[in-house]
Amino acid sequence: MARNQPRRVAPRRGVISMLVGGLGEILLTLGVVLLLFVVWQLWWTNLEADNTQNSALKAISQDFKPAQAGEKPPAVPKHPIEGKVWGVLYVPAFGDAYAKPIAEGVGMDVLDTVGVGHYPTTQMPGQVGNVALAGHRQTHGQVFWDMDKLKAGDKAYVQTAAGLYTYTYRSTEIVAPDRGDVLFPVPGEAGTKATEKLLTLTTCHPPFTTDLRMIVHLEETAFTPADKPFPEEIRELVKKTTDVGKG
Amino acid sequence: MYAWLFRHLPGPLWIRIIQTLLLVALVVLILMNYVFPWASQYSPWTDSTVGAAALSPAVL
Repeated sequence: MARNQPRRVAPRRGVISMLVGGLGEILLTLGVVLLLFVVWQLWWTNLEADNTQNSALKAISQDFKPAQAGEKPPAVPKHPIEGKVWGVLYVPAFGDAYAKPIAEGVGMDVLDTVGVGHYPTTQMPGQVGNVALAGHRQTHGQVFWDMDKLKAGDKAYVQTAAGLYTYTYRSTEIVAPDRGDVLFPVPGEAGTKATEKLLTLTTCHPPFTTDLRMIVHLEETAFTPADKPFPEEIRELVKKTTDVGKG
Repeated sequence: MYAWLFRHLPGPLWIRIIQTLLLVALVVLILMNYVFPWASQYSPWTDSTVGAAALSPAVL
């Protein structure tokens, strides 16, 4: 460093002064990089996720189309392969235009990109038991940011190639992260034979931490096949998102 | 370190300022696109799943 200093620099700096100055620059740089990491995590990842989700929605609307008019819609896979987008989640309580693709799997590769992931060990829509979905409370699209807004009477909709499943809010619980039992066919009860069709959403709680999980349970209250008119309150959004149903 | 870099950029002052801004932008883009995504897999701050999946590294 020193030998490259031009001669016109008049007062020569001592070794200690230069070391301290250099160390200061390194510390300042580290501080800026850490701040940038926060910007990346809280803002940039959301931009990236929005892009991924929009293209996933476009792609899935192709999958939902019957090959020919009047034909049956394509079948929904019983065990979709990991990463495969197989459905769309609508939750009016999360916003009027809320429509997010659902992919199989709850690894980082799914939750950090597509946003909503389906626990592969849980049931698929239409089956008796529990359809469990995970999503970020914040960052990477923060698909479940408004989870605490769900209350009695609220509905969520899951669309697959087969049609539209309507779920009605039942309960919210806050649990420790190791409480895998909320995903059981009968949540909280190992080995009990399920008779109901449930939807369970899991996300972080409180926001901006990973200390606990917020769990919302809903129950299936209606199913509309793809060739029948969807419930009026969601019809327009479904049509706009996937071009299925009458707009 | 930064003073040394700035002195060694070629051209008049305004060109050097532009070069500096470009270099900063380049570093930020590399961080955002490659370094941070890689680093985040070691981040304990993002996990929204429950059960066994929650115990695997990093999912907020």
